[in-house]
Amino acid sequence: MPLNSKIPAGPIDSKWKTYKATCKLVNPANKRQLEVIVVGTGLAGASAAASLGEMGYKVKAFCFQDSPRRAHSIAAQGGINAAKNYQNDGDSTYRLFYDTIKGGDYRAREGNVHRLAEVSANIIDQCVAAGVPFAREYGGLLSNRSFGGTQVQRTFYAAGQTGQQLLIGAYQGLERQVSLGNVEMYSRHEMLEVVMVDGVARGIIARNLVTGELERHFGHAVLLCTGGYGNVFYLSTNAMGSNVTAAWKAHKKGAFFGNPCFTQIHPTCIPVSGDHQSKLTLMSESLRNDGRIWVPKQKNDQRKPSEIKEEERDYYLERRYPAFGNLVPRDVASRAAKERCDAGYGVGSSKMAVYLDFGAAIERYGKIEANKQGKPNTSKEEIIVLGKGVVKEKYGNLFDMYEKITGENPYEMPMRIYPAVHYTMGGLWVDYELMTTVPGLYALGEANFSDHGANRLGASALMQGLADGYFVIPYTLGNRLADDIRTKAIPTDHPAFVAAEKEVSDRINKLMSIKGKESVESFHKRLGKIMWEKCGMARNAKGLNEAIQEIRELRKEFWSNVRIPGDIEEFNPELDKAGRVADFIELGELMCLDALNRNESCGGHFREEYQTEEGEALRDDEKYMYVAAWEYKGDSNFELHKEDLNYEVVHPSARSYK
Amino acid sequence: MQHYNMNLTLKVWKQKNSKTKGAFESYKVSNISSEMSFLEMFDVLNEQLVSEGKEPIAFDHDCREGICGMCSMYINGRAHGPWSQNTTCQLHMREYKDGDTIVVEPWRADAFPVIKDLVVDRSGFDRIIQAGGYISVNTGNAQDANALPIDKQKADESFAAASCIGCGACVAACPNASAMLFVSAKVSHLALLPQGDPERKTRAFNMVNQMDTEGFGSCTNIGACEAECPKGISLENIARLNREYIGSMLSGSNAEGLTN
Ligand SMILES: Cc1cc2nc3c(=O)[nH]c(=O)nc-3n(C[C@H](O)[C@H](O)[C@H](O)COP(=O)(O)OP(=O)(O)OC[C@H]3O[C@@H](n4cnc5c(N)ncnc54)[C@H](O)[C@@H]3O)c2cc1C
Ligand code: SF4
Ligand code: FES
Repeated sequence: MPLNSKIPAGPIDSKWKTYKATCKLVNPANKRQLEVIVVGTGLAGASAAASLGEMGYKVKAFCFQDSPRRAHSIAAQGGINAAKNYQNDGDSTYRLFYDTIKGGDYRAREGNVHRLAEVSANIIDQCVAAGVPFAREYGGLLSNRSFGGTQVQRTFYAAGQTGQQLLIGAYQGLERQVSLGNVEMYSRHEMLEVVMVDGVARGIIARNLVTGELERHFGHAVLLCTGGYGNVFYLSTNAMGSNVTAAWKAHKKGAFFGNPCFTQIHPTCIPVSGDHQSKLTLMSESLRNDGRIWVPKQKNDQRKPSEIKEEERDYYLERRYPAFGNLVPRDVASRAAKERCDAGYGVGSSKMAVYLDFGAAIERYGKIEANKQGKPNTSKEEIIVLGKGVVKEKYGNLFDMYEKITGENPYEMPMRIYPAVHYTMGGLWVDYELMTTVPGLYALGEANFSDHGANRLGASALMQGLADGYFVIPYTLGNRLADDIRTKAIPTDHPAFVAAEKEVSDRINKLMSIKGKESVESFHKRLGKIMWEKCGMARNAKGLNEAIQEIRELRKEFWSNVRIPGDIEEFNPELDKAGRVADFIELGELMCLDALNRNESCGGHFREEYQTEEGEALRDDEKYMYVAAWEYKGDSNFELHKEDLNYEVVHPSARSYK
Repeated sequence: MQHYNMNLTLKVWKQKNSKTKGAFESYKVSNISSEMSFLEMFDVLNEQLVSEGKEPIAFDHDCREGICGMCSMYINGRAHGPWSQNTTCQLHMREYKDGDTIVVEPWRADAFPVIKDLVVDRSGFDRIIQAGGYISVNTGNAQDANALPIDKQKADESFAAASCIGCGACVAACPNASAMLFVSAKVSHLALLPQGDPERKTRAFNMVNQMDTEGFGSCTNIGACEAECPKGISLENIARLNREYIGSMLSGSNAEGLTN
């Protein structure tokens, strides 16, 4: 089957306009007859469900947490990009488009990315209208900051809690639709299967996580807004519950999986402290606006950071990448940190950390503040106090979080940081309309593969989630459902629903009947270790081949030796987790296969065999300028389909931030 | 920072479901590192229980960074434990020493029925938001975001109120199990912004009404909520809510419920 991305014809800046002007519409009376299932209530799902509810569709929304407000989007810290050019620093739709294509190392679709840049400005308008309290300047206008991979200030933020504020905005819109009866909300529900009728997605099987009962839900279309799969690595910055199950079930029902190996390792996270570690905590990229990253020039330096003089410090990002300095994109910053630590310059007890230092910023801000207050002769101590105040206002919650976790005060000594798994660029393959290869089945937000190529720029995931939910799906879904108005709701005693439910219950029964010896958690940890060591920040063919074998073994062991306590018909988090880990194991194998297939380095995918002499990623546009879309063909059997990427506007070149 | 290991006794509330009665059960855990988070200590305990063929303790959690509002343990008589402005997931074991006994209970309030062990049903909070905790604006017709400047101080205050994570610690801490701090945080977030102004008259009234319907208690100005709130939501918000509420009564608003 040839992959059709359905990118509209015409010049790049008129594609989306043309699409909107010509797509099919559904009249209001018909919308009321059309049912839509939205799985997930993060930024993508909540904005989609609220918007579709407003438009008149009958929506059912699902999430596994106890409230839609708790989706993982809530944890996003640093900000959201938009090409508003409020700072008058030369920003434009084109520049955001260009930065995103380049940041993605030329592995994203131009058409999609341009649309994303176009609607970015509307997102900020929409959020402000909905009551999102973004940071403001004294004049009452919105404030911006910089993120990596750009030279303009286009990031809107709400202290270090931008995701929280955006999600609360979308959640409130969703609850309003619930109160109006347009959306039915199912919290503590987990979608476990897609129901297919005549080759079209027509519903889901969901498990009520409180009672354990399976439920059948019909929809004319199904939207998966279920987030990313970073937890395949066990340790990541994702919330504990984030998982791939919904996307994986869809994959097994025919939805192709796009670029599964494209994983983002975030450079600034709190380092691992011991075996007990259950998750890693991000220190937002926004900190790189003001923090300087360094290691001692001397190997294995045991001194305290305060005892290491300025000239004995290696600000390696500023040294290697003078044009972007500490604000190089994440993949570049992460690899540079790993390089220094591997070479023996790391700090802290594990030696797997580098410093993120606010000393200089505190002093700089202190001086500015003293001048503002008309006190040019302020003493150094007072300047430091003033500077700390400014830094606290900008990043206070992040500094507090750091101190709670490490017991160290980052106002007094530099933070210790190290890269950690953070985001997955890969996901379900979708066309321009966000539809997967299964008719009627859509994927939005981090769950799809679409806009970030091989590396996502900071503050662009929130933008994409809201773009998909508020501004794209309301058009593209109508274009399909306009032809579906004669389809009556399918009763859930239809054989397809019965069969899908049986599939789910058989699987759950099988899991429960293993009654082995090893806990689910332990299998998850073992999988994570394989993935991190052999399919993590640096990969090579030998390691990937080994990983595939090890994962297959692990899978066999899981299905013969996992121990799940409790019963099926009750609240049973161990059982929920077992299903998710089983899917992660299968996904892990596909990720390694994808990484092995891609004999080049690009973005977050770094194959050690393919690098320049200076250790920079070496792309192979000749052979690999395509999206790898994998089709599930049964047990450990995947077929590769290629969607060639055509660059009509931007000319791919070696990505340089020097 | 000096790290150390410790052995602890835990007394944890076990309850099969909302229909059965619960009771405390005692557990021993050993070799807990001072670097662990409180929930990581629970992970260790649960791993131990699973390996002994026993049922692990059910508890809610997700982000483990103090922002999703999912975690909810009442630790030694305090919502979210001993640290101020902190969530359970952010509490770390360096707070405790070898030999300590720690008592852990679920949030206790009629409006938060226990689902299992330490897990409670907080869906009442969602229904309070449904009653009016939003701005009625549809997608797609907003004006330019900078068309309406907002006083920085107001915006900052609004943000401070909006940082409520909906955890329910305020209810758990309050002897009356009142949800006033939660409601007031939302009312303040929206009332402080010009965008929230048009619906001010009905919002406070409808949300308080829903709070009563859900079975949350009334506020008698004790202040336990503010003391235990992990996000430092201030009592000033309750004062503002009271003003908003009285305002909506005086203006003869057409809030639902006022006319009948
Ligand atoms: C710590 C952290 C900080 C970040 N900071 C930023 C930032 O500053 N800027 C930025 O742009 N991006 C940031 N990101 C990335 C960004 O937050 C995410 O990519 C984005 O929020 C994902 O949104 P989403 O709507 O796609 O999915 P999510 O928010 O992950 O939501 C997934 C939803 O799906 C539901 N779900 C999943 N599976 C099922 C199932 N089987 N059944 C039912 N429901 C299901 C969940 O309950 C949830 O509601 C950050 C990420 C992390 C981890
Ligand atoms: S007001 Fe504080 S304690 Fe109450 S729900 Fe909000 S964050 Fe939790
Ligand atoms: S687990 Fe999210 S706030 Fe504690």
